[in-house]
Amino acid sequence: MMTPRISELAWRNLVHDKVRLLVTVTGVVFAVVLIVVQLGLFLGFTTTTSGLIDHSRADLWMTSARVPYIEMGVPFSERKLSTVLATPGVAHATKYIVRFSQWQRRDGRQESVQVVGFDPDQPLGAPWNVVEGHVTDVKLADNVFVDELYKDKLGVSKVGDVFEIRGRRARVAGFTRGIRSFTTSPYVFTSFKNAQDYATIAEDQTIFILIEMDRSARLDTVRHALLANVRDVDVITTAEFSRMTRVYWMFTTGAGVAVLLAAVLGLVVGVVVVAQTIYATTMDHLREYGTLKAMGATNGYLYRVIIQQAVISALVGYGLAMIVSWFVVRGSLKGGAAILLPLPMAIGMLGLTIVMCTGAALVSINKVTRLDPAMVFKA
Amino acid sequence: MNPIIEAHELTKTYAQGEAAMRALDEVTLDVRQGDVMLLVGPSGSGKTTLLSILGCILRPTSGTLRIMGEDVSRMNERDLPAVRRERIGFVFQAFNLFPTLTAGQNVALALDLKGVSARLARERAASLLEQVGLRDKLDAYPADLSGGQKQRVAIARALAGDPPVILADEPTAALDSQSGRAVMQVLKKLARERGRAIVIVTHGNRMLGYGDRTVRLEDGRIVADERTAVLEGAIA
Repeated sequence: MMTPRISELAWRNLVHDKVRLLVTVTGVVFAVVLIVVQLGLFLGFTTTTSGLIDHSRADLWMTSARVPYIEMGVPFSERKLSTVLATPGVAHATKYIVRFSQWQRRDGRQESVQVVGFDPDQPLGAPWNVVEGHVTDVKLADNVFVDELYKDKLGVSKVGDVFEIRGRRARVAGFTRGIRSFTTSPYVFTSFKNAQDYATIAEDQTIFILIEMDRSARLDTVRHALLANVRDVDVITTAEFSRMTRVYWMFTTGAGVAVLLAAVLGLVVGVVVVAQTIYATTMDHLREYGTLKAMGATNGYLYRVIIQQAVISALVGYGLAMIVSWFVVRGSLKGGAAILLPLPMAIGMLGLTIVMCTGAALVSINKVTRLDPAMVFKA
Repeated sequence: MNPIIEAHELTKTYAQGEAAMRALDEVTLDVRQGDVMLLVGPSGSGKTTLLSILGCILRPTSGTLRIMGEDVSRMNERDLPAVRRERIGFVFQAFNLFPTLTAGQNVALALDLKGVSARLARERAASLLEQVGLRDKLDAYPADLSGGQKQRVAIARALAGDPPVILADEPTAALDSQSGRAVMQVLKKLARERGRAIVIVTHGNRMLGYGDRTVRLEDGRIVADERTAVLEGAIA
């Protein structure tokens, strides 16, 4: 015989009605998966919006004045590059293009793409996660890299396939993996020179200059020097530009707000479902709580029973939800919208689930607090 | 022998619309160690109200209640659970056992409330069930026990904290006469052998012979308080 410590009483109260336990756990699983998917989408979207910036390896970005985010770059004279390179503290600098263009599939269908032009001889701004071909292949005229995720969208099947970008020949020289675009327009990586043609940018123009500093240089010093030497431009750190782009897409457009609202909705649904089922379980055991009170149990003892029921529901629900979420996350990696579930978020979700379930138990605690132990004398 | 329970002019009124209903009207009584006191009276006479007040579950509107010499009617609400835990054991008409716990666990739960270690609680629960003749039902669930067995488990639970006072609310009402007699024998034996003060609310007359004393309530007042002849044969 085991002595019924509080946790065992809580557990037995829960498993006594298996259908209700199933409903509670299902509610927790549903809520947690919904929150994970929405937060994971938010995280995925956020990461995607600034992917080019975060992987650029640049310390500073030079843009035309008041460019709010990466897709809104405005061309400026590429002659500024020589001034940048002459500025003390600058180790490398390169011209960089990100601009929308039109991709024509073999079946004639037009697809919007974002042409990304970089200097293949420089480490800055090159594509990452290259799984087929070599980055320097873009030195050849018309060669481009696209991501595997967008093969179907762009009608690409293999290296060597030839298409048109704004009426100019484009040959697929390789593939990247997992480089998503937040917009519906996939990135097409190519050399800066090719990009000027594909994006119809004048020969003496660039959209950005990516700057890598000397290791010993101070960021503020270099930045001020660049602003002093080059007119009509902004010089932004990679972190700042990344944040500006994220904030624009996530909050200015409202896309992120919608996703976050769905996450909050998931939380509300979870709280309501769990509150209802734990309340129903409490009502079922009200007489027993009354008996415990009559026997001298303090309110604290009863709270612990109820809260432990909530925590047990939370742990079981969380465990199952993480299994479901893992499959959802895995599935999303093959699609255009990645759902991310980093470890800190998974740990945070455990805390949130426990808070959600214990919060839901407060209604029941309130009921038990007001319980009149004299009820035990009613047959 | 000093009384364990001393009630002095206990009055309980309930608001009923604009009027006040007096459920208990200046009840004065005491219960001594080893006493089995039967509380009888018609429905609505105030028996359960008096039992609730004696059990520190309900507060009197006026009057004083002393348990083991301490005035519990003036105690802070937060201190009353400890009084119930340490000094009072309850036996209910509907047994009020926890259906999800075994007989042994039901008894041990009362000890868990007192903070007794799991090992000690296990041993004591087994011993108490043995005392009420249910040693072999230690791991049985309430659903697998007869009404009489359930009530004996409830008595073992009431005894778990070793309280000087046992309050029983119609403990035989849900039992057949044979089981009812068995339960009353157990309670009577407890009072005699272990010096408990036992107050039993009963509705009918069939258990009257088991009490040392019968207090009759009507309309919230004590109308009779008399020593009764004990059925010696039933106590053996």
